[in-house]
Amino acid sequence: MDTSRVSTLAIRTPEGIAFSLPLACPVTRSVAWVIDIACIGALMLLLHFGLKLVSIINVDLGTSLSVLAYFAAQIGYGIVCEWFWRGQTVGKRMLRLRVVDARGLRLQFSQVVLRNLLRFLDALPACYLVGGVTSLFNPHAQRLGDLVANTIVVRNPRMPEPDLDQLLSGKFNSLREYPHLEARLRQRVSPAEARLALQSLLRRDQLDLQARLELFEQLAAHFRAIVVFPPEACEGITAEQYIRNVVDVLFRPRVSKVNTNLDPNLNPNLNLKS
Amino acid sequence: MIIDLHKFLETERPAWTELEQTLARLEEEPNWRMDLAQLKHFHYLYERASADLGKMVTFSSEPETRRYLEALVARAYGEIHESREKAHRLRLFHWFFILFPQTFRRHIRAFWLSLAVTLAGCLFGGMALALDPEAKPVLLPFEHLQLSPAERVAREEKATHDRLAGMKGTFSADLMTHNTQVSIFTLALGATWGLGTIVMLFYNGVILGAVSTDYVLGGQTKFLVGWLLPHGSFEVPAILIAGQGGFILGGALIGWGRRASLRSRLQAVSADLVILIFGVGVMLIWAGLVESFFSQYHEPVISYTFKIMFGLMELGLLTLLLARSGSSPAARTPEAG
Repeated sequence: MDTSRVSTLAIRTPEGIAFSLPLACPVTRSVAWVIDIACIGALMLLLHFGLKLVSIINVDLGTSLSVLAYFAAQIGYGIVCEWFWRGQTVGKRMLRLRVVDARGLRLQFSQVVLRNLLRFLDALPACYLVGGVTSLFNPHAQRLGDLVANTIVVRNPRMPEPDLDQLLSGKFNSLREYPHLEARLRQRVSPAEARLALQSLLRRDQLDLQARLELFEQLAAHFRAIVVFPPEACEGITAEQYIRNVVDVLFRPRVSKVNTNLDPNLNPNLNLKS
Repeated sequence: MIIDLHKFLETERPAWTELEQTLARLEEEPNWRMDLAQLKHFHYLYERASADLGKMVTFSSEPETRRYLEALVARAYGEIHESREKAHRLRLFHWFFILFPQTFRRHIRAFWLSLAVTLAGCLFGGMALALDPEAKPVLLPFEHLQLSPAERVAREEKATHDRLAGMKGTFSADLMTHNTQVSIFTLALGATWGLGTIVMLFYNGVILGAVSTDYVLGGQTKFLVGWLLPHGSFEVPAILIAGQGGFILGGALIGWGRRASLRSRLQAVSADLVILIFGVGVMLIWAGLVESFFSQYHEPVISYTFKIMFGLMELGLLTLLLARSGSSPAARTPEAG
């Protein structure tokens, strides 16, 4: 099975940019719904106490309002939450899930209502069996309500702004002393190799000490074989520091000053004829 | 070529942050409307982030930044490329008296189908009871319908106290919620290509036909009409309209003779389904009130003639609403819809 197809929905924009939405799995959605059921229960409890006050004045009025309020809470909870929180209920917010249009567009009110009304069908015969089975066999993990409303539930993980400052902080780099070798390194290293080096640095704290040593030894040996720097460039630095220098060279190319110096308008003292 | 990631991030990060802040505001304040300059700037930020994502995919393998940009572009894409009409502010009067009848008429064939299935059920239920009176407990498995019509009428007319006293509101609320649930279910069963809707409508028809036949054969036609018409004039059409919704949904799923994709077909009917089911909800609120506070009272408290006249008047007004309301050229303009 193509797992990438199962877990994401690829969208290509008219600008030609492709991005993918990570889909929520049925188990996570079930957990979110259990949280929502607890919320509905709590809401009903609050309504019960609130309407007890009405029952003191008129028992029939209090009971009838209770019946209507419970019904409205059951039906309306999902609709109200998903509409005002743009595709999220309390459970979905806690698990960072979100309902979105199946084409990545903004959710419409009719979509929110339909997917929530069709819960009646998805919940049959018990414990969301129909909806669960449907979503297991659907490539986008859609239950019947999602299919009819053209919606999907995506994971909405927290996306912090990328922070590479720690790695590319401009510390002294012995490889920078050899511009021609530096240029050769950038020319010969493939994007996949560059990614491997960068990721190994970003995730180095997740490794055991021994594994970390071995990994960086292997990587350093690999990159040393691609371009051979003079021994003094590599003396006294660990394999990990060597990879850090390589990544610095790859992802932060030197800003050349040669062109500036060659520009007679910027350097009037330079005599090109001489 | 590998992108100068550090320089790239330093240059582009302010634009991403600004786009993120705009998106956060849009998400937190759904009613916020941008002016033209803000819209242009928002579009510029989106295109810049899209271009950055394109660069990242082409020239860099750094996945953290790519994932961040993908999430940012995905959020902005939904806002920029949404061309469907934004939800209006809730205008209940306009919605019930204009949009609801217009939608009903737009899908009138589905309503006729709903009516036909119900009538077939009525015919079946009526004939079954007429041909085999012993089948009454099976056809009408409700305790209060097991009495003979004559006994029931005698009991109702001789009642010295109000059996619903002190619980009319609760009874009414129970009726509203139960009938609304049945209606939603009837519509939702359209997702079974309409087969479930057929079963629900047919079963409702069987009960209605069997009860009617029982009372007609028992010589209690006037009681029957006086009992059922005041609330049935709204309740039965409401179930039929829910069935209409089920057939619209089933039709969109099947898509006979239509070249549009399933997604387009469903998208085309989704707003109509919501309008219909909310209309059904309003009708059932009225039906629940009438059934609890009016229909359950018989002669000598309220004359049957008055009840029948009331029911007929309701039916006439409902027919007028569904057949004529919102049909004027002014109401058919896109702004109104």
